[in-house]
Amino acid sequence: MSKLGIIINGLIKENPTFVLLLGMCPTLGTTSSAINGMSMGLATMAVLICSNFVISCIKNLIPDKVHIPCYIVVIAGFVTVVQLLIKAYAPAVDEKLGLFIPLIVVNCIVLGRAESFAAKNTPIDSACDGIGIGLGFTCALTLIGLCRELLGAGTAFGFAVYPEQFGALTFVLAPGAFITLGFLVAIFNKLTAKK
Amino acid sequence: MAKLENSTKNMVLSLTVITVVVGALLGYVSSITAEPIAQAAANKQSAAIAAVVPGDGNEISEPETVTTANGEPAEIFTVMNGGKFVGKAVKAVSKNGFGGKIVVMFGFDAEGNILGYSVLDCSNETPGLGAKMPDWFQKGQKGDVIGKNPGKNNLTVSKDGGEVDAITAATISSRAFLDALAQAYGVYSGSDVATSASKQNKEAEASANETCEADSCAQKCLTE
Amino acid sequence: MSYIIMIITAIFVNNIVLAQFLGICPFLGVSKKVDTAGWMGMAVLFVMLIATLVTYPIYYGLLVPYGLGFMQTIIYILVIAALVQMVEIILKKTMPALYSALGVFLPLITTNCTILGVAINVINFEYNLAESVVYSIATALGFTLAMILFAGIREQLAITDKPKAMEGTPIALITAGLLAMAFMGFSGVDKGLSTAFGL
Repeated sequence: MSKLGIIINGLIKENPTFVLLLGMCPTLGTTSSAINGMSMGLATMAVLICSNFVISCIKNLIPDKVHIPCYIVVIAGFVTVVQLLIKAYAPAVDEKLGLFIPLIVVNCIVLGRAESFAAKNTPIDSACDGIGIGLGFTCALTLIGLCRELLGAGTAFGFAVYPEQFGALTFVLAPGAFITLGFLVAIFNKLTAKK
Repeated sequence: MAKLENSTKNMVLSLTVITVVVGALLGYVSSITAEPIAQAAANKQSAAIAAVVPGDGNEISEPETVTTANGEPAEIFTVMNGGKFVGKAVKAVSKNGFGGKIVVMFGFDAEGNILGYSVLDCSNETPGLGAKMPDWFQKGQKGDVIGKNPGKNNLTVSKDGGEVDAITAATISSRAFLDALAQAYGVYSGSDVATSASKQNKEAEASANETCEADSCAQKCLTE
Repeated sequence: MSYIIMIITAIFVNNIVLAQFLGICPFLGVSKKVDTAGWMGMAVLFVMLIATLVTYPIYYGLLVPYGLGFMQTIIYILVIAALVQMVEIILKKTMPALYSALGVFLPLITTNCTILGVAINVINFEYNLAESVVYSIATALGFTLAMILFAGIREQLAITDKPKAMEGTPIALITAGLLAMAFMGFSGVDKGLSTAFGL
């Protein structure tokens, strides 16, 4: 598979959110606005690319029986690096995402890709897979955030589209997260079923 | 390259080496980001002080750490301009927010009128509801508290008989905000004059289960 | 008294699944039958309590004194992974009946973000050890409650007609949304109680 093919595969055919339904916690928890969703997606993507690349490099140095703990240490390391960098250079993002940044460690997407892709492919291909899956995740989170923000607060990326009092606040709150994702997955199912 | 076999030696070795390498990397990253992180926090604080006590060329004193009537630590910054007293900025905490703690910086002038406020932390409040706090109580907004004086005005939400409009559907967050304001004003009014300082100490003693002396609290906060 | 309010808050008002969005994967994945959902909840309760009890002293006894706060995530996840393994081995040897009931769910718990989330939260909220224990138990009970309620609804859903595109996850997510809406009715109950009891 070409490098571009790998990226597109992660973006659409194996979209982590709409098709694989992985990493649901940050998907629901951080998408109260498009910007929040996008920051979370990008943070996850950074971890995904680095961890995929490194794990693919060291895969032969790790005995099979301890591969999961080793992968988790590598992933947790990158998550902490990303967390420290965000705290230092984008404190506003850190406040918005809070607990969900350290929780990237237990995001099934990251460990899942390490297991199913990075452990079997070359480092460069694995990094491409990280980019593809990361982009797919980022797009999905931004889309969900955009829908919730638009329906709930009447804004898109912070710009007012219609007066706030006409928005259905529920969409910014917890129930709206579940309902929005439910309908988006249904639409994605419908669209891909036709093809 | 062949995979390493599953011998105990290999397993322990690879896990240890990876953990040590990752730990060392983290130590390095942590040491280079420590300063920007502290810097970001300091910037946020000084930006908040500048926002709540406006004016160019203000000199901000070192913080004076005190304990408010609800037993939480608060910091008082005295703002001077060319030797003249401009106002005080008080950083106060309320634990009555919807999801826990909120931290707000308030600015007061010499008469105790509210010059401004800046919310430092309301990350536990609901987005779209309580999280509107940073704007709702500003000048010209629905819950405007700017220019009012907690000593003269009844600054509680209208549901509790006060004169402040609560954030729509977020009475709890609004009450927490006004609680932080009351705490801030409490330590502000007690910080200047000796008599009111002793009054504030009495309040602190009277508050339920308060065992921590103001001084030891202050020391603890400083060492932290 | 404040413990009772803390318990009510963690179970109903600030439910870990329906209000804080943690543990969604098992919530959607292991909720097709009521009894499996209940067992999963029990397994989480078990691991969460032990994990909190172990990580709390590690944080304050080891990481803080030596200035290693940045190692928190790594240490925690390793401790949790090791703990799950240990619990699995001990249960297998001592309580085979319980093991066969929980067995399949135990490995899944390592990547259940409620465990790591609660362990980090008790540090962020500056709880003492007793509060941490109460908080972790109450949170796990909230998780179990949400799981069981949701599984009950899904058992009914399975035999209901629905649009084809909605089948499976989409309808489950929308149901969860309605459940979350119902739980929003509890908001403010904790503050009301503390006012009523004068706390």
